[in-house]
Amino acid sequence: MTPAGPVLAATGLHKTYGPTPALADAGLSVQPGEIVAVMGPSGSGKSTLLHCLAGIVRPDAGSVRYGPHELTTMTDARRSALRRTDFGFVFQFGRLVPELTCLENVALPLRLGGLRRRAAEDRALEWLDRLEAADVRGKRPGEISGGQGQRVAVARALVTTPRVVFADEPTGALDSLNGERVMGLLSRAARDTRAAVVLVTHDARVAAYSDREVVVRDGRTRDLAGVA
Amino acid sequence: MSIGHALLGLLEAGPRHGYDLKRAFDARFGHDRPLHYGQVYSTMSRLLRNGLVEVDAVEPGDGPERKRYAITDAGVTDVETWLARPEKPEPYLQSTLYTKVVLSLLTGRDATAVLDGQRAEHLRLMRELTRRKVEGDLADQLICDHALFHLEADLRWLELTAARLQQLATAVRP
Repeated sequence: MTPAGPVLAATGLHKTYGPTPALADAGLSVQPGEIVAVMGPSGSGKSTLLHCLAGIVRPDAGSVRYGPHELTTMTDARRSALRRTDFGFVFQFGRLVPELTCLENVALPLRLGGLRRRAAEDRALEWLDRLEAADVRGKRPGEISGGQGQRVAVARALVTTPRVVFADEPTGALDSLNGERVMGLLSRAARDTRAAVVLVTHDARVAAYSDREVVVRDGRTRDLAGVA
Repeated sequence: MSIGHALLGLLEAGPRHGYDLKRAFDARFGHDRPLHYGQVYSTMSRLLRNGLVEVDAVEPGDGPERKRYAITDAGVTDVETWLARPEKPEPYLQSTLYTKVVLSLLTGRDATAVLDGQRAEHLRLMRELTRRKVEGDLADQLICDHALFHLEADLRWLELTAARLQQLATAVRP
C-alpha cells in the first residue's frame, strides 16, 4: 500500500499456555494510519495476538517487526520503553489510576517520558478536549461514568502521538450510544494523527469503524480482505 | 416500504405536484433508491382510484397537464391506520445463503469459504454505512443504524453457522 511498508508486521506466531496453543501460526501486518479489526470467538487467541504484537508477551516462535526493530529479541527494558513512547493502549475497562485526576492520568505518559508538569498537563488538556472530556479533567476516575472514563483512556493512549494504538475491546463495557461515541472519536483521532490501530473486538459494529478485518480462529489468522 | 403511504403522508402537509412529491420522497426516504417517475404516477393513480387523494388543480403546460394532488379525509384515516399498525417482524432465514452452505457441504466444497466470503461482504457494507453515519446528520445516523443492526444479526448467524459447520456436515451428508 504505502511505499514505506508496514509499521507492524508479525509472521508465524506461536504461543502456548500450558497444554493449550493460543496462537498457531498467526500473522498480521498493519500499514501506517490503518485501522485493523481483529475478530474471532472467545478463546480464539485474539488477545494473545494483540499482546504479542504490542511486545507485552513474547511468542514461543515467530517474528514481530516494528519498523526496523524485532520485538521478540528485544530486552524487556527496551520493549517497555518502546511501549511507552511509540505505542498507546486502550483496554475494556479504562485502567486509569484511581488516585489521580483525569487530567493527571492523561498527562502521566508524558510525565513518565520526562516532560515537565505544566507542559504535560497543557497537552493532556488539549487531548481531553479533542475527546470531548475536558469537563471531567479535575475529577478522579471513580467519580465519572464508564463512557467518560473510556474517552479519558483514549486521550491517554493518544497523548504521546503513538504510531500504533492497541485497543482491546475498547467499548466492551459500554452501552451502544457511548460505544459509538468512543469509536467515532478514537477513529477520528487516530486518522488525524496517522496512528495505526489494532482493534480487538467481538462486536461487528465496532469492527465496522476499521479499514480491514482479520479473523482469528483456533490461533490462526485469516485475512478476509482477499476472500470476497 | 409502502410508497403509497409515504406519499400520502407527505401530502398531509399540503397539495403537491407529482414531481414535488418525488423530490420530497427522495430527500427523506430515497437515500438508496430514488423513486422513478413511473412509480410516482402509477401510485398516484391508484390512490386516486381508491379515493385517498383527489386532483386539487390542473395546470396546462408545454407537455402533459400537471396535476396537483391533495389528500382526502379517507387518505388521512388510511395514513393513521398504517402508522398505528406495527410491521410484521420477519425472522427470515437467508435461504440462498443456507442453500449455498448446505450444497457446499454436500459436494465436499469449502463451506467456510462461502461463509467467510459473505462475512467479508457484510462487513464491507457495514463499513460503508458506518462512514456514512459518521459523516452524516442525525437522520443518516438513524437510517444507517437500522441497517447496521440487521447486518449485525446476519453476521451473528454467519459466525454461529461457521462454528456449527462440522455438526451441519454430519447432518446433511448421506
